[in-house]
Amino acid sequence: MHQVPFSTPGEVSDALEAVDYLSDPTISQTVFLAERLAKPVLVEGPAGVGKTELAKALAKIHDRRLIRLQCYEGLDEAKALYEWNYKKQLLRIQAEKGAEWRAIEDDIFAEEFLLTRPLLEAITSTEPVVLLIDEVDRVEVETEALLLEVLSDFQVSIPELGTIRAASAPLVILTSNNTRELSEALKRRCLFLHIGYPSVGREKQIILARVEGITDHLADQVARVVRSIRSHQLRKPPSVSETLDWARTLIELGVTEVDAAAVKDTLNVLLKYQTDIEKVGDAYTGPDPIEPPVA
Amino acid sequence: MIDVLGGFIQELRTAGLPVSMVETIDAMEALRHTDLGDRPAFKAALGATLVKNVRHYEAFDTAFEVYFALSRSDESSAGEPGVTGPRGEGSGQGSGGDADLEELLEALALALAADDTAWLQSLARQAVDQLAGMEPGRPVGGTYYLYRTLRQLDVDGLFDQLVEEALAATGPLNDFDERLLREELEERIDRLREEIKAEIRRRLVADRGAEAVAKTLRKPLIEDTELMHATRADLVELEHVIQPLARKLAARLARRRRLRRDGRLDFRRTVRKSLATGGVPIEPQFRAPKPYKPEVFLLCDISGSMATFARFALQFVYAMSNEFSKLRAFAFIDALDEVTSYFSRETEFSEALQRISSEAQVVWLDGHSDYGRSLEQFWTGYGQSLSAKSTVIITGDARSNYRGPQAEVLEGIHDVARAVYWLNPEPRSYWNTGDSVMGKYAVFCDEVYEVRNLRQLETFVESIAEQGHRRVPLHKVG
Repeated sequence: MHQVPFSTPGEVSDALEAVDYLSDPTISQTVFLAERLAKPVLVEGPAGVGKTELAKALAKIHDRRLIRLQCYEGLDEAKALYEWNYKKQLLRIQAEKGAEWRAIEDDIFAEEFLLTRPLLEAITSTEPVVLLIDEVDRVEVETEALLLEVLSDFQVSIPELGTIRAASAPLVILTSNNTRELSEALKRRCLFLHIGYPSVGREKQIILARVEGITDHLADQVARVVRSIRSHQLRKPPSVSETLDWARTLIELGVTEVDAAAVKDTLNVLLKYQTDIEKVGDAYTGPDPIEPPVA
Repeated sequence: MIDVLGGFIQELRTAGLPVSMVETIDAMEALRHTDLGDRPAFKAALGATLVKNVRHYEAFDTAFEVYFALSRSDESSAGEPGVTGPRGEGSGQGSGGDADLEELLEALALALAADDTAWLQSLARQAVDQLAGMEPGRPVGGTYYLYRTLRQLDVDGLFDQLVEEALAATGPLNDFDERLLREELEERIDRLREEIKAEIRRRLVADRGAEAVAKTLRKPLIEDTELMHATRADLVELEHVIQPLARKLAARLARRRRLRRDGRLDFRRTVRKSLATGGVPIEPQFRAPKPYKPEVFLLCDISGSMATFARFALQFVYAMSNEFSKLRAFAFIDALDEVTSYFSRETEFSEALQRISSEAQVVWLDGHSDYGRSLEQFWTGYGQSLSAKSTVIITGDARSNYRGPQAEVLEGIHDVARAVYWLNPEPRSYWNTGDSVMGKYAVFCDEVYEVRNLRQLETFVESIAEQGHRRVPLHKVG
């Protein structure tokens, strides 16, 4: 396991491959720079291409804990950063009936009444961690602001306690499905990485690495067919995770050779919209737009 | 290096990328940790630090190709694969510069069949050498050279040859496998085209300097592309961005609506919540505010010149349909027909548009726009369903082919409806020239917008959806 920093991007991609994450030069170069410059990485791309997986793989490589903050609309400071444990504080006040207020006040704003949420946890951890901020595009612009302090200086300010600085800089990965523009301020603090659909060769390697008992030939066919399906104008093209599901389905069904009929029967694994399924189904088995092969 | 990077960043900014000072410093810092001889790594380092939006990659790629093109020709050509094979033995003439076209084509076919990128690149270089006939200092664009090269290479013939050879190797395939094979070979041919393009670009840069070439290659960002004059390739790209753009806008509006906490205090929920804190109401609970949503009547001119624009207006407004309480669409040329029923959740947008052009009753006389007649049809046919809640949006260039504008009909619509907006895809300076009667209609519109690209369209849709959240009725301009 890698405790030392990487010395070349090549090492990054080898280490990732060792934990079954197949990167490409852009991914490994960006991760390498992120560690060198101690900057967060903002990873964008369609669903299911391995954005979240990347963070998990990095945690595995470095043997670090992965702390995940799943973003959603309405996520606020109390759920992301820290919260005072009101109930415990109230109990303390009631238990101390008759005591001097000043003493109580000092008492109830101590660390034992603090509920740490993912961001604070990542910062106060004595061991370096990997912090995954998932689907950051779902939070409101106002909430982005509280991420900024954490991302730029790795510190958190709590009015009653002062500023808490990170003991060790966490490696931060943010993912976004691009449902809205993130603020310029947030983007400026991050390196940007777009992960698109992989090339046929890379997707085949991913299938071989992730799907138990698949033959090289079948993996090759699956990757080629998926590439072909993605070239149609679809509402939702198949993602890498759907490709893997499909490959497993084919194995379950005992398919060793992909043909039009096999594709048509199992399209619902790859595609999630009826209109897409019809479109692709017609393309492969309907009247063929290309001329018949030369006899 | 710093000078080159400075010029490169300047070029990115000119192309519309918002590169900040901080990002420039990051790029410098990143390059200190990057092997500058490794082109993909170098490009990835610049990309990660300078480009923060997927839509900007194309502009970045072009600028990168132009500014760092020379690094290719610096490479020694000693170890170059020659014409005859991937390891360049046998031709005996070094780089094989005078090998004739026959040989080049043969080598290309082999390289394509083997899918050997490095070999393909060096062959593309030779093809440009032999066929483009590039002359230093001649003021012609890269497309001219590209056309010359591709014509002599006979790329289509090459493709057919590849398919034939591949089929000969595999034996006859069923339709499905053959289709896959063809698609893949097409993709390789496309790559060859790209390689040749890149090579020509590199040479132009060597000849004229990066600055000059960048200027000729600079393309507006897709959101600034003129909708009226979009090329086929632009349309495909616009298709790709319009949905995410609409989604983002819808999300932004929904969020703003939620932030507006004008809901009343929900006493029951507040008390329940306070039980957890010993009866102290720490978190007051509010009822959700009732959003007001406008009902929209969209009238689109779909005659030849306006069809593309109408298509995007329809698509954008439909993508936002959740923001409106009701949405009815009408298409017209010299007659008007309601087309609301053509758009359902299930139908594909392009299908709906095709059905409109084949089934809707929009031509009465000769298929030239007649605004006056169409407005009158709208008024007599659907005027009774207009109310003070209705927002009417008309899209078109107001060029009525010298037929009567019947602006008084629009006045009637304007009196009943909450607001009338007109979106005109022509530049403002063309309005009221020739047969454009924009001025006559503008009198009875609350606002006339020049909408020439997606960015302006987005701004407009946002502003009307926002008005729904304001309680005060809009001030009407006479």
